[in-house]
Amino acid sequence: MKYLFKSILLFLLLFSVSNILSSCYSNNSTLLLATTTSTENSGLLDVLVPIFEEESGIHIKVIAVGSGAALRMGSRGDVDVLLVHSEDAEKLFMGKGFGFDRHSVMYNDFILVGPVEDPAGIDGIDDVIEALDKIAQSGSKFISRGDASGTHVREKLLWSYTKIQSPLDKDWYIESGQGMGATLTITKETGSYTLSDRATWLAMMNGDLLPLLMEGDAEMLNRYHVITVNPELHRAVNINGAKQFRDFLLKPSIQKLIGEYGIKKYGQSLFTPNAEIELR
Amino acid sequence: MNLLLEAVQEAWSLISSGDREIFDITFRTLLFAGTSTIISLIIGLPLGIGLALMHFPGRSWLVSLSNAGTGMPPVVAGLVVSILLWRSGPLGSLGLIYSPLAIIIAQVVIATPLIIAITVAAVMSLNPIIHLQIRAMGANQIQYIFLIAREARLPLLVAVMAGFGAVVSEVGASLMVGGNLSGETRVLTTAAVLEVSKGRFGTALAYGLILIFFVIIIAAILTSLQQRSQRK
Repeated sequence: MKYLFKSILLFLLLFSVSNILSSCYSNNSTLLLATTTSTENSGLLDVLVPIFEEESGIHIKVIAVGSGAALRMGSRGDVDVLLVHSEDAEKLFMGKGFGFDRHSVMYNDFILVGPVEDPAGIDGIDDVIEALDKIAQSGSKFISRGDASGTHVREKLLWSYTKIQSPLDKDWYIESGQGMGATLTITKETGSYTLSDRATWLAMMNGDLLPLLMEGDAEMLNRYHVITVNPELHRAVNINGAKQFRDFLLKPSIQKLIGEYGIKKYGQSLFTPNAEIELR
Repeated sequence: MNLLLEAVQEAWSLISSGDREIFDITFRTLLFAGTSTIISLIIGLPLGIGLALMHFPGRSWLVSLSNAGTGMPPVVAGLVVSILLWRSGPLGSLGLIYSPLAIIIAQVVIATPLIIAITVAAVMSLNPIIHLQIRAMGANQIQYIFLIAREARLPLLVAVMAGFGAVVSEVGASLMVGGNLSGETRVLTTAAVLEVSKGRFGTALAYGLILIFFVIIIAAILTSLQQRSQRK
């Protein structure tokens, strides 16, 4: 018994030491990627990351947070590269010089989903503002992400065009404060409406109980950009790794892979690649 | 109800099929919690015994501080450790954030006050005559502390189990400082949270069942120790 305890102790000690050593060596060969919960919950990164790691020999640590938190981490230099979808916040980020460069990677679209009974009657409407007005009029419950993510920012923007402009003080408007996957589950369980990105909704396979009710408005386009963090502001930023990851996402073979992702499993692709459009 | 049954079935088939990932995550969870408990003991035991035996100004203040620390919310511990370890933080250059060591540090912050507080209570509840006896035997300072710890070993084991139980089941700190990285810092609790967010409740429940299994084992050991000490 005593020997067993001692050997466990020794093992743990060796483990800790080896960990300290490895984390000292790994600085240049690891890359911190902050991204949105939607890219992680959809499973796309589970496909892309292993390919990149094998090609480049760089180890990626994926931190899945909302786009707002990802951009803030980038501005502090806590991460090397961002994959986000929050256009206005991204432009602000670039304008302040926090980013090195920014490129389009892919897009999909936001959709309105809700209960099968559709008490607000938004099924078949093709103007998203009209649909939100109807939800407000009917007083049906609406679940907001409430977490400063890209989806949340877009949702607030869309509400600002409606007659009520802000639903914040309404008792049918509820903030979940969680990622897209958890928010979809809450929406389904409470018979509410929500704005979701198509990829997460498809990957969650909520279709039976939480059908897609409204899609196709140009206001609902959801663009993802890769942003490399400006190394001039933060010495620790692994800019070489960040550039390699950027080039990886933009190259034709990976763009093709992004476009095909999901077809086998969900019968449609979750993202449309659009790397050729240059942005600053 | 249907979902619960399906989830239990899925959980059982994952566990019984010896799913590699579940095994890895379980092993990692026990490794982190075990390491941090041992480190917390190395820090907390001498401090606790010292606090219980020594008399100096501010002692009662320190004791109540460690008592308050037993209620340390893991999220707060995680946030403080994150702020320290982020690259923009004071210890950022060590590059420890989102590493196993970061989780262990956060867990030590959670478990150490618990171990100090229980140690203080255990040592203070010893019969005061024991101190005279040890002194009479001519023990030096180190032997003295060692013998006191020996005398209070059963309540101290409670401290070990309580510390281990606290860190093995917390989720907030591990998520924040570890980043829930697959194959590196994903532990049972953070894996369960992720699976729930993906809507895969069966897999989440599988992690939950393994966790409950360990908590029951800890509770069983604690109970049998208590009964042993009562018989004495």
